[in-house]
Amino acid sequence: MNLYRYSSPAAFYPLAGKIAPWFGWSASLLAVLGLWISFGMAPTDFQQGDAYRIIFIHVPAAWMSMFTYLVMAFWSALALGFNTRLSAMMAQALAPTGALMTFIALWTGAFWGRPTWGTYWAWDARMTSELILLFLYFGVIALRNAIDDDRRADRACAVLALVGAVNVPIIYFSVQWWNTLHQGSTVSMVAAPKMASIMLSGMLVMALAAWFYTIAVALVRVRCIIRERERGTAWAGQLPASAIR
Amino acid sequence: MSESLAEFLAMGGYGFYVWMAYGVTALVIVAELLMLRARRRAAGMTHDEARAR
Repeated sequence: MNLYRYSSPAAFYPLAGKIAPWFGWSASLLAVLGLWISFGMAPTDFQQGDAYRIIFIHVPAAWMSMFTYLVMAFWSALALGFNTRLSAMMAQALAPTGALMTFIALWTGAFWGRPTWGTYWAWDARMTSELILLFLYFGVIALRNAIDDDRRADRACAVLALVGAVNVPIIYFSVQWWNTLHQGSTVSMVAAPKMASIMLSGMLVMALAAWFYTIAVALVRVRCIIRERERGTAWAGQLPASAIR
Repeated sequence: MSESLAEFLAMGGYGFYVWMAYGVTALVIVAELLMLRARRRAAGMTHDEARAR
């Protein structure tokens, strides 16, 4: 099978339609399982009480907000380098969900910060850089809406997305580089996690749910984008209504 | 049963924070899904479904 075939919007459209529901249903099942672990199985924290349960959405959303940005920047780089339309469409499809995850990370962080740190918000290094990430997502979306010509918008958004990517390592390492309010990593790739394994597994299942949700939504959205942008082409005109779903 | 439910909702005194975090998260996810559905309809992707109803 030639995978390059799927760099064509016309070939990718039906494939995305076939696989999106699988990711969607997997995300739902994982979320149910994750919530069951988070509220039914994980015990109350001996220091933070039940306020810590916000971790089960806060950390997965924060990971997803950064990772989605990197994926968006990756597709943007391909779009700039190879001038491939589908890559730019993928970047376009990821931006709103990335913004959503960033908002969730900030919001849940505020409602976790209040009972544990005594404040909803501080101009802490990690919180500020995460807020900048939200503005970067908004910037990419706004820039796209401001430019009528899709191909020019692709290039402008790709440049903005790539320049903004420098913010992601700043968010990730902010807790090491600056000693402000946000605590250090509880889970890292180089050390044993500093939390009970049942709590960790709840968080990881929720993170997996966030992954699958993002993939499902991005696939459905890229299909909308393909249809919106390929409207005038011969293949889109030939799509039978019953096969559109 | 209702007592244990009340206890669960109270979240050991942190109910407001926990449910504000989870509630708004659920709300914005539902909002995204509704917006996506509207976009699918606008793009003409659900003509057949609409006609079937």
